[in-house]
Amino acid sequence: MIEIRFHGRGGQGAVLASEILARAAIKEGLSASAFPFFGVERKGSPVTAFCRIDDRPIRLHTGIYEPDHVVVLDQALIRLTDVLSGLKENGTVLVNSPRRPEDLGLATDRPVTTVDATSIALSHRLGSPSSPIVNTAILGGLARQCDIVPIEAILDAIRFMAPAKKEENARAALEAYRRGGS
Amino acid sequence: MIDALTANQAAALAAKLARIEVAAVYPITPQTTISEKLADMVASGGMDARFMLMESEHSAMSALIGASYVGARTFTATSSHGLALMHEVLMWASGVRRPIVMPVAARTIGGPWNIWGEHMDVITERDVGWMQFYCENNQEVLDTILMAYRVAEDPSVMLPAMVVVDGFILTHTVDAVDVPEQGLVDDYLPPFRPDPVLNLDDPRRFGLVMPDWWTEFRYRIATDMEGAKERIREADREFGRIFGRRYGGLVEHYRTEDADAVLVVAGSAAGTAKEVADRLRDEGLMVGVARLRVFRPFPSEEIAELSSKRVVGVFDRSYTFGDGGAMYNEVRSALHGSDNIVKNYVGGLGGRDVTAAHMEWVFRNMLDIADKGLDRRVEWVGLRDGSGRW
Repeated sequence: MIEIRFHGRGGQGAVLASEILARAAIKEGLSASAFPFFGVERKGSPVTAFCRIDDRPIRLHTGIYEPDHVVVLDQALIRLTDVLSGLKENGTVLVNSPRRPEDLGLATDRPVTTVDATSIALSHRLGSPSSPIVNTAILGGLARQCDIVPIEAILDAIRFMAPAKKEENARAALEAYRRGGS
Repeated sequence: MIDALTANQAAALAAKLARIEVAAVYPITPQTTISEKLADMVASGGMDARFMLMESEHSAMSALIGASYVGARTFTATSSHGLALMHEVLMWASGVRRPIVMPVAARTIGGPWNIWGEHMDVITERDVGWMQFYCENNQEVLDTILMAYRVAEDPSVMLPAMVVVDGFILTHTVDAVDVPEQGLVDDYLPPFRPDPVLNLDDPRRFGLVMPDWWTEFRYRIATDMEGAKERIREADREFGRIFGRRYGGLVEHYRTEDADAVLVVAGSAAGTAKEVADRLRDEGLMVGVARLRVFRPFPSEEIAELSSKRVVGVFDRSYTFGDGGAMYNEVRSALHGSDNIVKNYVGGLGGRDVTAAHMEWVFRNMLDIADKGLDRRVEWVGLRDGSGRW
């Protein structure tokens, strides 16, 4: 079983990212579940979402406390929340940032990757400079970083689930995937 | 077709597959997306049903009673305060034998304000003459709604059914759901053809019973509710034959056969309990799970099968301020006369996560009291200060 935790802000699409990933896995014949941390939803406030993927039915109905992968949609959250909490020994971290991983100030010996999902999202006119929609671009980065679900399945799930600009969202994910992380 | 759906989406699709004819709803978190999806499907022409947005849950249930009287298959969904507001009409629906099926996104009832999951709202309505089915996952939500119509509309039953869907934990979680083909559902669930119906050309009087017959009316509900047990077992078997999935009837026994300690638990927490039971089995600990799928009618016979176990734990996701929780008390009654230890575990209230660690603690505690004897009858699991037990 692979467990992934997304950290974002209300409005960035962290919850939808977890659902797109689950849908992509399910359509690949795997089992998956995706759910948000059930708190109070406000635009801009920190949001946590979870995704479990396994090759057998998922029976756990509880939060993820020891993730294999952590995905951070807003680098400023690193200072506000403990994004590394419970990260497994062989876990990885993916951060949306134009900076190099070593410049993020993340105190971990786990591999950290960055992808500039904000620039990619804006270049595909997803959201506005003050409120970019980065969830699809970051999923492309995740597909590149971890061999969980093929990028094609993620692109299909994006086209199915994105509420608007389906092709732009798919292209943003593909660009992030091709660019890869640093 | 395998799809990725929340339990609320699965519930709305189940209503469509069941070919419901009238839906009357009033939105409330965390049920609202069931109503929204239904409204979408009716508005887009994908569903041939009358959709009514009412001014309250009380009115929604009242409207369905009327619609059911004229012979329509009826559906609504609610939660928490909405269910509480329906209370008197729930008793009408069962008393006048309308087989309405209603998913309930199980949630706290305030105050103080809390919109998250537990079973208090549905446990509060255990005595209103409705059947109660508790679901472990999204697939079971879809499947159980179909089964519930089949049982509820059986001429020997004619009682309404709640399908309990753990608020947020299932309602807002995306999971793999095998959506059955319409043709198979039509084979499983014949059209609703009640007799008699309200008909202007054939006037009858419905809904008043004087003291000379009231006791007999209540007795019929009691015996028909009891008889529903066999219909539920049969509906589960037939479901397995047509769709290839079975749920164990009223109680799913999971690794109970050779277990020393069995946890009785309803709803989504049962999945976590099974996962933990497997891990403990790998350590050689003899634990099992009896998943309570149906609380009304109460499966006394299936629970009595646990009388040979050294310890039976009962997990209540609500508290009724009696001599322990509601499920605990009914299980204890069904086990009366056996010499096993029965202990109540209370947890998962108001959105508190029931973790694998909680479940492991419960199983280990049961094995501990198997050796040392019962320490306390009611144990609150996961309290912040670790006290407050008795």
